[in-house]
Amino acid sequence: MKLNLALAQINTTLGNVEKNLEKHLTFIDHARSDGADLIVFPELSLTGYVLQDLVPTVSHKAVPEDPIFHQLLQASQKIDIMVGFVEEDVRNRFYIASAYLSEGKVLHVHRKNYLPTYGLFDEGRFFAMGDGARAFDTRFGRVGMLICEDFWHASLPYLLWLDGADLFLFASASPGRGLPHPGENGEVGRLASSRWVDEINRAYAGLFTSFVCHTNRVGYEDGLNFWGGACAYDPEGTALVHGPQHEEALTRVQLDLNQLHRTRARLPLLRDERTSMVLREMNRIVKPEGDK
Amino acid sequence: MSDLSIDTDLARKILTGFIQTEITRAGFSKAVLGLSGGIDSALACYLAVEALGAKNVLAVRMPYRTSSQGSLDHAQLIIDDLGVESLTVPITDMVEPLFEKFPDIDQRRKGNIMARERMIILFDQSEAFHGLVIGTGNKTEILLGYSTWYGDSACALNPLGDLYKHQIRQLSRAVGVPAPIIDKAPSADLWVGQTDEQELGFTYDMADQILYLLIDQRYTPEEVVEAGFKEEFVRGILQRVRRNQFKRVLPPIAKLSNRTIGYDFLYLRDWGI
Repeated sequence: MKLNLALAQINTTLGNVEKNLEKHLTFIDHARSDGADLIVFPELSLTGYVLQDLVPTVSHKAVPEDPIFHQLLQASQKIDIMVGFVEEDVRNRFYIASAYLSEGKVLHVHRKNYLPTYGLFDEGRFFAMGDGARAFDTRFGRVGMLICEDFWHASLPYLLWLDGADLFLFASASPGRGLPHPGENGEVGRLASSRWVDEINRAYAGLFTSFVCHTNRVGYEDGLNFWGGACAYDPEGTALVHGPQHEEALTRVQLDLNQLHRTRARLPLLRDERTSMVLREMNRIVKPEGDK
Repeated sequence: MSDLSIDTDLARKILTGFIQTEITRAGFSKAVLGLSGGIDSALACYLAVEALGAKNVLAVRMPYRTSSQGSLDHAQLIIDDLGVESLTVPITDMVEPLFEKFPDIDQRRKGNIMARERMIILFDQSEAFHGLVIGTGNKTEILLGYSTWYGDSACALNPLGDLYKHQIRQLSRAVGVPAPIIDKAPSADLWVGQTDEQELGFTYDMADQILYLLIDQRYTPEEVVEAGFKEEFVRGILQRVRRNQFKRVLPPIAKLSNRTIGYDFLYLRDWGI
């Protein structure tokens, strides 16, 4: 089975959901006319990233009655869509979230669990933490979604893997930082932050013998730049595609999902994974101090 | 010594993108900058032209009567090389009446007045030319506080503020700033014979090395000393950085209400544009 994937690395207008929605619909049209089955948008693709006090004014619910999601759900009749937004729950807590839409339905919403609140980041001040990660079934198999800092904690990709995800969809709004020395690491033209993310995506693909696809926004917010650089890795850990750095792009790639069979026949890491042992050791490690 | 060299192609791409984005997003297409003949404003000018086009950049020369002819000539060299719009507005007639009101005025006060007069001219040209003022302060200078508050530090956006002087030189070479401008001793040219390094009491190369360890690499002062720098010098640099924090932040507002600008009224400048 083949999956034609489109990774959208878009620029957004801070706090202007309607304008950003328009761009989503344009990219969705392009992807669809190119024959894509699934289009993936970055973290907070409907809102922009450094929202601060704008958070409560740009929140939405991934339901058909929501005016923004109404249009996205309509568009999802012909192409699956993963989109980033601010989700407000019934008790008015705000989350960084990604929704997976397919055939007019919301198949899954993932809320970001790990909110970086250090250095240049201040997410924990403005957002509630998600509390879980689950894989879900799509017409292309079982998928796991994570948002930026989520995949810097190995536990979440690991849980999704055990929960059956064969295709990992990662979304970021990663501020560019770390200007390299000339030719550092044999590379030119990309920041340290781009290299870090790429390296761990590749590692997850290899360790979990799964597809890992990542997209990240571009553009500037005040002095912050976002580097784009979408990528897709196959279960061998082989790079299938890289999007450009710092430029808006729709990067297409065809995933041959049969590669899962071939790689896992050679390398049965999933078969040999000892979840009971992991759970036993986890239980021992997290026991309260007095019980050790 | 730490390697401060950078991938100049990447820096150039990010900085021209920054200038272009932040100026057009605010509804402008043009930029104004003061061209002193020194390396920082030269680099800012080359980047601005790359981002916006020569016709959209106004370079303003603002000499005082003691300003060196060399500075003026170097500024002209850049104007001719890039084909930017240009203007020369001497400040002598504007600042001297103020100097004369205070017979005991010292060199530092005069320097500050000159820097602020130039700020007034640039922001007036900002209105006249419909362009935003591009700042030319670099990371070394901002950290050391080697600038006049609301004078040469005043700007609408600053593309150079995260580059140490060493990196400014490297990027200047890459974008084609003429060699004599890169190679000469840095000077604010506020009085005859002034050089930055003489006034500061140390070289930019040394300051860059220490600042890079303290700020970028998060070394403790003790670790910087262990890395081979004199303790007195390290402490002196750190003291300068600390003492000049006020120049790097907006003035504090006394909090009274439930929602106060700067504390719990938090938006980027790009809010809604």
